[in-house]
Amino acid sequence: MPKATQDVKICNRLGMHARPAMQFVELANQFRSNIVVHKGGEEPEDADGKSVMSMIILAATEGTPLTITAEGDDADQAVTQLAQLVNDKFGEDE
Amino acid sequence: MAFMQMAPEAMICTTDRKGGDSFVESVGGALSPGKKVQAPMKLREFIVTDAIVPSLIASDREGAIRELVLSLEKAGALPQEASEEIIAEVIKREQRGSTGLGKGVAVPHAKNSQIKRIVSVIGRSPGGIDFSALDHQPVYSVVLLLSPSDHPELHLSAMNIIFSNLQKDTFRRFLRQAATREAIVELLDEADQGK
Repeated sequence: MPKATQDVKICNRLGMHARPAMQFVELANQFRSNIVVHKGGEEPEDADGKSVMSMIILAATEGTPLTITAEGDDADQAVTQLAQLVNDKFGEDE
Repeated sequence: MAFMQMAPEAMICTTDRKGGDSFVESVGGALSPGKKVQAPMKLREFIVTDAIVPSLIASDREGAIRELVLSLEKAGALPQEASEEIIAEVIKREQRGSTGLGKGVAVPHAKNSQIKRIVSVIGRSPGGIDFSALDHQPVYSVVLLLSPSDHPELHLSAMNIIFSNLQKDTFRRFLRQAATREAIVELLDEADQGK
C-alpha cells in the first residue's frame, strides 16, 4: 500500500483547538487513505487523523512538531494537502 | 511501494520558535514558576461542581448554553456582568461549527478577556438536545468550557482532559446515568484518579 509522510509544525498562535481539528479531520476524510498524526516533542502521541476527538486530545500547541502519515492509494495527495492546511495556519490570521 | 519522505525544508512554518522547550518554559514561567504547562490537568481543577446542572431545563442548544453560563454566574465563578457577553460568544462560536462532536456529547466553549482562570461546568439533558451535532444525534451531556483570551495552551490542555474522558465509553455512559450532582462529582473524582 502506498505510504507518504510529512513533517509540519503548528504555527498558528492558538494551536490545534477545536475548529482547526475539525478542519483537518474534514479534509482527511476526503481521502481513502488511513491517516495517522504523530505528535513529537516531550509527550509523543499518535492520533487518528480522521477523528476530531482524537485530534483535539493531541493538544498540539504552537510550535508542536507533527508528522502526518497516510497509507493508501491517495497517500501522497493526502499528506500534501493536510500539511498545507497546517502550514497555512488553518486560515487563522495569527 | 511508493514512499515519500519530505525533506525538513518542507516545514515552511514562518513563526517557528527557537525550540519547543524554551517555548514551554517561557509560557510556564508566566503562569506559575516551575510548573510545566504540559502537566496533566485534572477535571476537578476547573469544573465548578457547585454549578453542575444534573437536569437541564432547556431542550435547545442556545437555551442549554444560557442555563450553564448562568449557573456558573450563580456559583460565583464568573466576573460580574460578564454573563451576557459570554453567552453571546459561546453561541456565536457554536454557529460557526457545532461542538457536538458526536456520541451524545458537546463541548461549547469560548475565550473571553474578562475570564482570568479556566472554568467549566457540566449539564445533563435526560431528554437530549438538538446540538446540530456532527453525527446528527441528540446531545445528552454538555461540558461548557470558558478560557482566558491569553494562554491558549491552557485551553488546549483543558480540552485534552475533557475529550480524553469523553472518548471513553464508560465515562460517557456513567455521565449519562449520573442523575445527581453528587454522582457526577464522584464520577469526576474517579476519572481524575484514572479509574
